Amino acid sequence: MSTDPIVHMEGIEKHFGNVIALNGVSFDVRAGECHCLLGDNGAGKSTFIKTMSGVHKPTHGSIHFEGRPMNFDSPRDAMEAGIATVFQDLAMIPLMSVTRNFFMGREPTKGKGLFKRFDTEAASKAAIEEMKKMGINLRAPDQAVGTLSGGERQTVAIARAVYFGAKVLILDEPTSALGVRQTSNVLATIDRVRKQGVGVVFITHNVRHAMAVGDRFTVLNRGKTLGTALKDEITAEELQDLMAGGQELATLEGSLGGTV
Amino acid sequence: MSSETTVDDERLKSESTMASLMKRPELGAIAGVVLVTIFFLITADSAMFTLAGFMNFMSPAAQLGILAIGAALLMIGGEFDLSLGSMIAFIGLFFGACVVNFGQPLILAIPLTFLFAAVVGTVNGQIVIRTGLPSFIVTLAFLFIYRGLSLVGLKAATDGSTQLRGIRPAVENDFLTPIFSGDAFPGLFLALADMGLIDTFQNGTPKVKGIPVEILWFILIAGIATYVLLRTPVGNWIFASGGDANAASNSGVPVRKVKIGLFVVTAACAALVAIITVLDSGSTDARRGFQKEFEAIIAAVIGGCLLTGGYGSAIGAFFGSIIFGMVLIGLSYTQIDQDWYLVFLGGMLLIAVLFNNMIRKRVTGER
Repeated sequence: MSTDPIVHMEGIEKHFGNVIALNGVSFDVRAGECHCLLGDNGAGKSTFIKTMSGVHKPTHGSIHFEGRPMNFDSPRDAMEAGIATVFQDLAMIPLMSVTRNFFMGREPTKGKGLFKRFDTEAASKAAIEEMKKMGINLRAPDQAVGTLSGGERQTVAIARAVYFGAKVLILDEPTSALGVRQTSNVLATIDRVRKQGVGVVFITHNVRHAMAVGDRFTVLNRGKTLGTALKDEITAEELQDLMAGGQELATLEGSLGGTV
Repeated sequence: MSSETTVDDERLKSESTMASLMKRPELGAIAGVVLVTIFFLITADSAMFTLAGFMNFMSPAAQLGILAIGAALLMIGGEFDLSLGSMIAFIGLFFGACVVNFGQPLILAIPLTFLFAAVVGTVNGQIVIRTGLPSFIVTLAFLFIYRGLSLVGLKAATDGSTQLRGIRPAVENDFLTPIFSGDAFPGLFLALADMGLIDTFQNGTPKVKGIPVEILWFILIAGIATYVLLRTPVGNWIFASGGDANAASNSGVPVRKVKIGLFVVTAACAALVAIITVLDSGSTDARRGFQKEFEAIIAAVIGGCLLTGGYGSAIGAFFGSIIFGMVLIGLSYTQIDQDWYLVFLGGMLLIAVLFNNMIRKRVTGER
């Protein structure tokens, strides 16, 4: 935990007209950690992710990426810098094969000029290998994504982001629509990715899922962060209370390091 | 470790050969060609399956097929173009006017016609993309607009007639004419006739003078389209744009460019058919390409394209068009009333859609 954060966001505010969606959010993520962002519906999680991934520009506040102030103009900028986001729709096309999905928009090519073509063999090989690393054995590289389970699809999306050099991986409620078994698979994937040195931002409203893999926890409530806690500083019950509105806030102040 | 991977790979391959064949989108169309062939082998005069008979049904199949491949690419990309048929008349008029009214040689008239087609396709594409309206509605409007413009334009070009004649004398000696009309390889067929390998008339000239050029164009375009779809990044973008435009553009696929490009390709296919038919008949009229948009879409659907986009194949559209040609021409070799053609057409479409749904469920594992 001694390394410098890859992304450091300080005092982020985001206003949409007269609606204040974010009202002072501070958040950072370091290489090789899983930082959970918890919040109930309407807490501002989506707006926050979109700010971090370059969809929205913050109204106030600063974003530092690897120590330098950063101003992303588009999701592409953020992607190129190494911030990858796996949204809930996963950006996967069920009718297309795993390989075609994996390399969608970033197809490897061979040959030159008019004969420049999609290197399907290299792509298939890479897709199978990457999926294997994530613990999924594909039947065939041309297996359609539609035949995969929700958890497996999530894993393909994560593997894809990591393969294309993500330093920070933002996961938008990856477990919210999954069953128990698939959830544990996805959590195992998160753990694997973290060990590869990627900083994971895990957005969820499920405290148990967060406690299973998180190193640090930040709760978002009504557009504000209520501080960040380390894994052994906080219990599931306390996180739950914080998300619910912070009735027990006073008793938690100490454990949260007085940042409330 | 490496030996383990090879073992795994082998297992994957042996398992997938048969299974992946069963999942190809063109499977239905190929099965259809087999069924239709069996049907006509039983019911039709044996003349249908001579070389001459083959050319007879392949020629209309090829003209439709060029359109169907364009329509299939566009459908895989998630859009329709119902103005395809009207475009043939409209672009044919432009081409005819270039040749007859402005007296241009083909070396100028043909590139100008394709340029014109590109503009027409871009107009369709831009309106669909910029308004976000369904392409069904936008191109339905252009179905009428282009047909109407063809009528108006023909009258202007011919002083009140709806047919523009005099193309044949204008292009008779043009060196490009043989590439877009008539039969290819006449020398080869003469030689084959001399050797007694193909049927001849009594005076020794071959019954089939050569391969109608549209068949060669059809095969060439089917080949190129298949290559682009399956073996290039652009092909992947086409599938992605049609499968889920939002997901595709989030992954960095230039969805707008892909779709507008596909509208242009479709218009270019219409232009090619317009040029071939205008040169072939020596005239152009306002009813050219009437209802071809539907036939092209039906051929694409028989070929495995889903109406919702993101799935299909150019090879499928190729075989779908051959089915069309066989039925259209084949019925005249049988005792069956020609008018059953339309019934057959509708029936084929219905069966194809049901079949495609089945295949899609199989591919995606839906239940």
